[in-house]
Amino acid sequence: MNKVTLFLFFMIFSASLSGCSTTINNHQGSLYIQLGEEQGISRLVDSFIKELAKDKQVFPYFAKASVSHFRKGFINHMCDISGGPCKYKGDNMVDIHTGMNINEADFNRVVELLVKAMEKENISYRTQNKLLAKLAPLRSEVIKR
Amino acid sequence: MTIKRFLSCVFLILPTLCFADGKILATPGVSQIEGSGGGGIVPWAQLAGYASEDEIAASAFCSVANVKNFSLNVCGAQANLYDRVELSIAQQQFDVDPLNVTLKQDIYGAKFRLYGDLIYSNWPQFSLGLQHKRLKTADIAFALGAKEKQGTDIYLAASKLHLGAIAGYNFLWNATFRYTQANEMGLLGFGGKNSAAIFPELSAAILLSKHIAIGIEYRKKPDNLGLNESHWRDMFIAWFPNKHINLTAAYLDLDTIAGIGNQQGFYFSLSGQF
Repeated sequence: MNKVTLFLFFMIFSASLSGCSTTINNHQGSLYIQLGEEQGISRLVDSFIKELAKDKQVFPYFAKASVSHFRKGFINHMCDISGGPCKYKGDNMVDIHTGMNINEADFNRVVELLVKAMEKENISYRTQNKLLAKLAPLRSEVIKR
Repeated sequence: MTIKRFLSCVFLILPTLCFADGKILATPGVSQIEGSGGGGIVPWAQLAGYASEDEIAASAFCSVANVKNFSLNVCGAQANLYDRVELSIAQQQFDVDPLNVTLKQDIYGAKFRLYGDLIYSNWPQFSLGLQHKRLKTADIAFALGAKEKQGTDIYLAASKLHLGAIAGYNFLWNATFRYTQANEMGLLGFGGKNSAAIFPELSAAILLSKHIAIGIEYRKKPDNLGLNESHWRDMFIAWFPNKHINLTAAYLDLDTIAGIGNQQGFYFSLSGQF
């Protein structure tokens, strides 16, 4: 392999490693702060609920849910997962989604609606990705249940 | 089957299908020059098109690569069945300026997703693929010492997208190992002094926004004809305005082709997805 290519690959891979270590070493609180703490997260969840309500594809999954219960639970969960001073005490992810039979496409649609809500709340692309990275591991507890 | 007939079939069937959009924007990648879903020169583990496990997707593309003494024109199409199987077809036309001839090759591809999801699985997504190549203009290949005018490449590809991995930007990598005896991708036939062997191909990309990716690729190739056949490299930028269309531009360094060095130039590709 040519030296230049090798160098570029090395750059990208080392950048990716340092990127990982920053996420781990940085105070877990930083994502919580980037999301605008409790107020910012509440606004984001409200925006997200509006997007869900407008969406024909995924709204049926939420039709029977209590909006206030979902809102409270998701704000609490986002606060916890972004390193804020909360401990998620809501229902277990598997229990919530059992019987809903959410497929891959609908899951991705919800991700897109969350991204749309984050854009509306002026959350930067990089912060969006960091939040998605925290939420992505939950997918196996959500789909095909 | 000619590509035109294939394309007209695709367009006839299209209106009866729903538009597949079950994947996140940009995650299927683009179309590589042999017709498989991938980067520009490397087939990736992702399948072409936005179909998720309950959907079918169709896509078509045309690409052009111009380097100092050669140019490649390729058009093709892919079908994605339930994010499990990708079928592809591509027609290549390769203009050899010094000889004023055009070499033509058809490539039929199939790719099978073995494991995983680019974004969500703990391990990378793995796919096994093949590209069956039929060189229609074999005279030059045989004159240079190639043994066959047909050949089949088999590859194993692994890819993963790491969300927010580089200062918050998404990072995607793909590693492919290809068992091949193709000379210049098959345009100069198959085999020669050496038998088939395994060659690595690598890609790495960063998504600068949800619409734009930049990256680099490297592809090692055999030198069966003793013409100093070299590796290929490129640097690309791809734009995904929506899930129906994407545009890619790249700077190519193809080094030595058919014994003629310094083959650098540019690549442009347009894909449409349904």
